[in-house]
Amino acid sequence: MMSAPITRIRKRSLASRAIGTDAAVWRMDGILFVAVAALCTIGTLLVWSSTRTWTAIEPTGLLKKHLLNLCVGAILCGLISMVDHRRLRAYAPVAYMMALLALALVITPVGSTVNGSHSWIMLGGGFAMQPSELAKPALILLLAMLLSEPAEGTDRPRPLDVVLALLAAGLTMGLVMLQPDLGTTMVLTVITASLLIFSGIRKRWIAAVVLVAVTVAGLVWFLGLLQPYQVARFTAFMNPASDPRGVGYNATQALIAIGSGEIYGKGLFEGGQTTGRFVPEQHTDFIFTVAGEEFGFLGALTVVVLLGVVLVRGIAIARQSDDRFGALVAAAVVCWFAFQTFINVGMTIGIMPITGLPLPFVSYGGTATFANMIGVGLLQAIHSGRRT
Amino acid sequence: MTRMRTRFVVLHLTVLALLVVLGVRLYQVQVVRGKEFVADATETRTRAVVVPAVRGQILDSTGRPLVRNLTRLVVSVDRTRLERMPRGGQEVLEKLSAVLAIPVAKLRERLRSCGPGVSRPCWTGSPYQPIPVDDRVTQREALTILERQEEFPGVTAETQAVRDYPGKADASQVLGYLQPVTQQELEKRQGLKASYSGVDLVGRDGLEAVYDHELRGSPGLRRVQVDRMGKAIGVEQQISPVAGDTLITSIDARVQELVEKALADAMKKAPQADGAAGVVLDARDSRVIAMGSVPTYDPGVWTGGISEAEYQRLLSEKAGKPLVSRAIKGTFAPGSTFKVSSVSAMVADGYPINGTYDCPGSYMVGARPFNNFRGIGLGPMNLHTALVKSCDTIFYRAAYEMWQRDGGMQPKSTAKDPMAAMARAYGFGKLTGVDLVGESPGRIPDRFWKKELWAATRKTNCTRSKTGYPEVKDAARAAFLKQLAYENCLEGFQWRPGDAANFSIGQGDVLVTPLQLANAYAALVSDGKVRSPRIGWALTRPDGSSHKVIEAPVIGKLPIDKKTRDYIRGALSEVASDGTAAGAFGGFPMDVVRIGGKTGTAEVYGKQDTSWFASFAPTKNPRFVVVVMVSQGGMGGSAAAPAVRQIYEGIFGLTGKPPALPAGHPAERLPVIGPDGTVKR
Repeated sequence: MMSAPITRIRKRSLASRAIGTDAAVWRMDGILFVAVAALCTIGTLLVWSSTRTWTAIEPTGLLKKHLLNLCVGAILCGLISMVDHRRLRAYAPVAYMMALLALALVITPVGSTVNGSHSWIMLGGGFAMQPSELAKPALILLLAMLLSEPAEGTDRPRPLDVVLALLAAGLTMGLVMLQPDLGTTMVLTVITASLLIFSGIRKRWIAAVVLVAVTVAGLVWFLGLLQPYQVARFTAFMNPASDPRGVGYNATQALIAIGSGEIYGKGLFEGGQTTGRFVPEQHTDFIFTVAGEEFGFLGALTVVVLLGVVLVRGIAIARQSDDRFGALVAAAVVCWFAFQTFINVGMTIGIMPITGLPLPFVSYGGTATFANMIGVGLLQAIHSGRRT
Repeated sequence: MTRMRTRFVVLHLTVLALLVVLGVRLYQVQVVRGKEFVADATETRTRAVVVPAVRGQILDSTGRPLVRNLTRLVVSVDRTRLERMPRGGQEVLEKLSAVLAIPVAKLRERLRSCGPGVSRPCWTGSPYQPIPVDDRVTQREALTILERQEEFPGVTAETQAVRDYPGKADASQVLGYLQPVTQQELEKRQGLKASYSGVDLVGRDGLEAVYDHELRGSPGLRRVQVDRMGKAIGVEQQISPVAGDTLITSIDARVQELVEKALADAMKKAPQADGAAGVVLDARDSRVIAMGSVPTYDPGVWTGGISEAEYQRLLSEKAGKPLVSRAIKGTFAPGSTFKVSSVSAMVADGYPINGTYDCPGSYMVGARPFNNFRGIGLGPMNLHTALVKSCDTIFYRAAYEMWQRDGGMQPKSTAKDPMAAMARAYGFGKLTGVDLVGESPGRIPDRFWKKELWAATRKTNCTRSKTGYPEVKDAARAAFLKQLAYENCLEGFQWRPGDAANFSIGQGDVLVTPLQLANAYAALVSDGKVRSPRIGWALTRPDGSSHKVIEAPVIGKLPIDKKTRDYIRGALSEVASDGTAAGAFGGFPMDVVRIGGKTGTAEVYGKQDTSWFASFAPTKNPRFVVVVMVSQGGMGGSAAAPAVRQIYEGIFGLTGKPPALPAGHPAERLPVIGPDGTVKR
């Protein structure tokens, strides 16, 4: 099957493309939109609650920044959802090269270190950028472009494209590992693996990929390539009581905060664990603990269900897409969100090791919000781009 | 595309499965185990800080403080905050060290927690309680710390109440002392367990221990909400401390001072004396006006933690065990002071009160002659003179006759033992029940006691009766001991006539405490009722708003009529003027205040005699009972009686000084405490 020629798309003004009768906005997935909007709203409340005690002078400082991030993210999302996803395919190499450049810039003296991770570029004025977040959608686009073209007479990708895809992914992951950022590397691995799997490579290749992944993980572990803090996090996950004041502290405090929320929660701003800032990084990686404490089981479950709605809608979009590129992009975005959701929520409730990954749409974080919104934009673009 | 679709189905199912896993786990954490985490959250989020209550004062009967609280400037360090600073707050400690002139290493020692392998000084309390590192800080040092808080984070200077004893060593054994609460005591306590700090003190002896609960008050509690750094961010719960009650005692600080002085002087005069005790009771109700025991010590040594060396000294034999109150814990043979009980027993047993009795120099009790003091015969006399001149043989004879009537060596089942029964009626041989800790009951020996003793010592005695005492150098002494062991082995269970005779003059195995003797005399010279002496008079709120009087309950009645009591009192009234204490009371203005009493000189094997004088005054309608005992002091008239005289002279103001008690009366009414805590006299 061939993708539609790009030339068929007429040149139209931005305004007519945005709100014209056949504009993308009217063909958007409404459920996905509502779920993401709800998650962003809840996330905003949680970020507010968890950061309002930081400074007495400006209790809404981070809230304002978060709202600004969301606005920028929403604009990005809207712009991307309006682009025909077939055109996105053409931009993929450009996006990838830009992401790679930014990642390379991080390891030069331009980059800055925050929380032990050298993954930031300071933009001044209190704003910073984390290129590794933007590498996620960029890698998705490039790999989907490479792998969506099947070999002649088959529906499997060409071996050369697979090799190219692996090289591109390896390059990206290598740069992220240099920061070092284990969490993002894992997400990139999941993205690469999902794209390979859905592109239709043979089961034995899937098996081989899994084998290689396990072997590499084993080598990394036994050759001591991990940073001591990463090993400690894993040990603490296996046995949080081993070091309740150190690494196990996060895991223990997260559980206490969530568990003490019980069914109905303590109410917004009423969470004592949140107010006392017992859980570190509670506005970013551990934002779910605030949801658990202040909104209780019902609130936390709502967050999980909303994320579930996003994922399920994403899968539906992937299935309904009538071209391989769109389907692959959608599937990869779903796997990316699913992985981060499960790891993030899982670590706060003690079923996953502590990993520095934010919760999509809920956690505070500029670049991560942009990346997530770009992901949603991609889903919407694919949804509205399908032939009805 | 079919392959892709199949794989989407797998993805769909995987995502749903993961979501279900999250949901189930959330349910488990928040719903099933929610309560458990709520408790954990409360524990991590709040710190209970105990606000100690001000301990009640102890006042004398006129409101003068015996124990009061002084405020002292104390510098404390919050260890939790220090630990979170770089290098464990070394910089702060170095600055603090410069201000307080205490080396950093010493400060560190005080800040570490006590535990196995950590010797004192160390901190026994909660790590969340500020740890005092210096409790004698000057105003300037405190201000330096308070004004430059940014340089001393986690360091505070505040005033704390510490115990102060205006009377120094006076009545130290009566007042008792405070010591930090032990772990076991903490565990018995409800609620405040986790947060009780090492600064919490408990009364360990004396009034501080007996009235600990009332004096303590109830500590306040501040449940502080803290953040991850342990910094307080709000108060969740606040219970104000309730100050302890003020204990008003019947002790008169001036009389107490007199007693302490008289005892110290008596010790100086009797070179071999190793201890002395004095008791002043209100004759009418057995309230304690003064109680002293020497050697004594300044209870100030307990304040701020006692050093190990000082503690060992207080317990040592060499220093005369100044912690022990000889007035209630020291047991001594009472000697002739005991004869009031024996006379009462004779009268109660039918000996005519106005009869004439022969007082020979020696009386044969069974096969053994028992001698008067120095073997001097005094001729026929009545019981009055027997008391005044302290004749012994009259009592030997009566005791022997009573013993015989009870069946002698084959006692009847109806044996009356009038002497022992009367002694018990006077309150000897059992606790007086005074409001102090560790009182001794003394000993009233009788047939049962002998039997028990025999059973316990038979084995040794029977062995010794064969082997003798080869280790004793003195041959005559060794022979005597062997004979004694033989007799004790054979018939040690028997109440022998010699035991009865010795008992009648307060010798042999009779042991009494100075307080018991004073209390017995109080019963005799007042209304014949035996009371349980009390030091505590009333407990009041520190603002005087309410008070509860502590009664001295009647615990017995003497089985003799008023006529007999008056007769004995009349006889004792001549002892100081014409009897065995006349020497000590030479020149005493008996026309102003007439003193009655009885001397006692109790023999102690291998030691100097125990010197006693049990007295009361005025002889008509007595108000005071004063007993002084000087261990190894010699004759009753030579060591104890002069001390008693000194006390009376002070009380009534007979040496030119103003009387210690106005008009010679003990306080009749409780001192009035104003709302501001001041005492109106």
